[in-house]
Amino acid sequence: MKSSVSLTHALKVTIAIASLSFGLMACGNSGNSSNATPAATKKLVLTGSSTIAPLASELAKRYESQHADVRIDVQSGGSSRGIVDARQGSADIGMVSRSLKPDEKDLQSFTIAQDGVAIILNKTNGIADLSNEQIVGIYTKKITNWKEVGGKDAPITVVNKAEGRSTLELFASYFKLETKEIKADSVIGENEQAIKLVAGNPDAIAYVSIGTAEYEANQSAAIKLLPMRGIEASTANILNGQFPLSRPLNLVTKTTPMGLSKEFIDFAQSKANDDIVKAQYFVPFVR
Amino acid sequence: MIKQRPRSRRSSFGEPLMQGLLWSSVLLITGAFMWLCSDIVRHGFRQLSWDFLTQLPRDTGRSGGIGPILVSTGLIIGVCLGVSIPLGVGTAVFLNEFSAPQRWLSQFLGISLDILAGVPSIVFGLFGNAFFCKTLGLGFSILSGGLTLACMVLPILIRSTQAGLQSVPNDYRLSAAALGVSRSAVLWQVLLPAAMPGLVVGLLLGIGRAIAETAALLFTSGYVDRMPTSLMDSGRALSVHIYDLAVNVAGGEQNAYGTALVLVLLLMMINGSVSWLGKRFQQTRILDV
Amino acid sequence: MTTLLKRSILSRSYGDRFVAALFQGFAIASGAIVLLIILFLLRESYPILHRVGVLRFFRDPSWHPTSGEFGAMPMLWGSLLVTLGSVLIATPLGILSAIFCQYYAPPRLAPLYRRLIELLAGIPSVVYGLWGLVVLVPLVRRIQPPGTSLLTGIWVLALMILPTIMLVADASLANVPAAYLRGAAALGLSRWAIVRGVAIPTAQAGLMTGILLAIGRAIGETMAVLMVCGNVVQVPDSLFDPVRTLTANIALEMAYAMNEHRSALFVSGLILTGLIAILVTIGEWVNRGQMYD
Repeated sequence: MKSSVSLTHALKVTIAIASLSFGLMACGNSGNSSNATPAATKKLVLTGSSTIAPLASELAKRYESQHADVRIDVQSGGSSRGIVDARQGSADIGMVSRSLKPDEKDLQSFTIAQDGVAIILNKTNGIADLSNEQIVGIYTKKITNWKEVGGKDAPITVVNKAEGRSTLELFASYFKLETKEIKADSVIGENEQAIKLVAGNPDAIAYVSIGTAEYEANQSAAIKLLPMRGIEASTANILNGQFPLSRPLNLVTKTTPMGLSKEFIDFAQSKANDDIVKAQYFVPFVR
Repeated sequence: MIKQRPRSRRSSFGEPLMQGLLWSSVLLITGAFMWLCSDIVRHGFRQLSWDFLTQLPRDTGRSGGIGPILVSTGLIIGVCLGVSIPLGVGTAVFLNEFSAPQRWLSQFLGISLDILAGVPSIVFGLFGNAFFCKTLGLGFSILSGGLTLACMVLPILIRSTQAGLQSVPNDYRLSAAALGVSRSAVLWQVLLPAAMPGLVVGLLLGIGRAIAETAALLFTSGYVDRMPTSLMDSGRALSVHIYDLAVNVAGGEQNAYGTALVLVLLLMMINGSVSWLGKRFQQTRILDV
Repeated sequence: MTTLLKRSILSRSYGDRFVAALFQGFAIASGAIVLLIILFLLRESYPILHRVGVLRFFRDPSWHPTSGEFGAMPMLWGSLLVTLGSVLIATPLGILSAIFCQYYAPPRLAPLYRRLIELLAGIPSVVYGLWGLVVLVPLVRRIQPPGTSLLTGIWVLALMILPTIMLVADASLANVPAAYLRGAAALGLSRWAIVRGVAIPTAQAGLMTGILLAIGRAIGETMAVLMVCGNVVQVPDSLFDPVRTLTANIALEMAYAMNEHRSALFVSGLILTGLIAILVTIGEWVNRGQMYD
């Protein structure tokens, strides 16, 4: 008897709890919107490529300063997340640091800047140039010591990006490597982490976004960018289209952008904000 | 009692050997820990200032302060406690005062709390991301982070509240019953006040665990290092800030150490209050019984 | 027993019933969290488990979720090796420290030393990770590059779990009845003989619990190993090789994992939870054994 009583009890209680928690949630939501009213009424969410995120944040800051009623949240998380979030609608705008693939053509993309991918070494490393074959050799561990490519006698620390990053995809496809063939000593997530690692390890090699690398090098990170096929890795060479490993930085939306999304994309593409793009060492979009 | 160490004049070969081993391991540990602590204090202390605590981070945290990060951390802890205190205290009271230990619900709760206490924080992060962020649609927000942490600190809170309730002499309950006081009145007027030290200890331990947590927050409250304007905004906690500075920001070590020192000092204050309260708790218990 | 007493003695007014129901509700909600966690882990990992099956996670040679390889074994090995190494270092040091505090330390030193260990127990893992990254990694790199390695991970983790082992062992040694020790001393045994022959066997279950807790903490630790281990998916050949643990795998890839990749990471989480469940079961068993002794 006792157990049956406690069972009905339990049932009642679960219902009570359910309603309570929903009530709480409702309270939470209403509380938030009322909290938010004075500061911001409109919210725009951008997710995706960690390469674009700092640029988008800077753009967002300026946009917010011009529109007091808007709050723009930028979350980095890789290009594939930008695609999926834009598709599912969990973000208003996705950030994708490559061209759309054929199966992603259901999305609309808007290029806001150009970037490249370059090999970086520690500033103290004597190597000034590596051929494509040497880079492939290093990344497949056929070359494991700097002296094999004309440097000092020190083992190479190979830094690779984690699975799913578009920088890895771009790098691998340019060097015609399968991601499985790449053998690394250290696997990292963000561009900044690669730069930090190379800056702290005289024998490390990594590949990162040129924009990010130049920005960090200017913040006195001890790194240097290697030329690719003899062409210097610089924003100038991306601009004139000579640098071989370049990519567009895109904002993507599920449908033709309207309202706030459209305004922000237009804002990001407008000439007036090229200074922000340049400050992040990317190449402004050529209209 | 044990302080009267057993002494023997008959020394064997093992004795000096053990003495040496013990002292050297103690010295080794003390040395390692001095190394760690001195590094944190030495590098962190230089950064510490009022400006550091109140200003916005600049240059992705390389310079500037940790103002918004302190605010976000506070909000996350606030949400965490707001949810976990009623849930935890309620559960503890139920287990100790309303339910017999043999009941299946009590047994199930006991086991599930043990498991919950052992679940790695990163798994809480996965769960929080799937449940709070995606299923409930809260997104990367302070609310998601706080709720995830609430699940995490719940076992601590329940166990110490239970300990507090257990220490209340049964005479209190019997006398109250003899006076015809209702159960809820006994609860509010007698049991909870008497169990307060245990509750507070649990609370502080919970705050300690929550404030030190990083992995569970990475995918629930997110990375945004701006001043939050509502609980639905993403906010970066102190520990996440340390991680980001250490890993993603070239030249971020100084501010990382600064933030680490702030975090360690906060935790030391919390732990200090725990042991102080714990001692008082023991004294009152001994006096009462 | 006492609760049953309370149950029958105290009045059951309408308000009491409401309070009882409310608290029962809270209790059920607390208990439901574990189920909810398991449910969500299963739900999120279902797509990948359904499509490729569980075995692929243990048989595939490596981990390339975006090109359809889901081998989690190297990372399982990573987790186990890091844990094993750190426990092997921390257990003797922790237990020796506890013995020192209880039986050997000068009376004024023992509480000080215990204080120090308590302080270290309170340092968050991300701070250990920061220190490991800034101080230990360059140090190990000087011996053999790249520095981020199994060894660094073991080193940092050993420091992190040592306080757990030490504090639990200390508490259980303190609970050894003084009469046992006096009895042994009266037999003229040396101090070490007393510790070895009386104190340690009596406190055995407590010592085991401490070690199990430490193992649990080591397996579940994320931030420190993520920062110092290098995160290369491989079964290491030497202590200087980088490794990736199951926890670090989740933390490293979760932020941008999509679809099946994301699903595969939840499988990592499931494996971890399974490991912890095994540990909790062993823990129950150890404590039960003690009860029947």
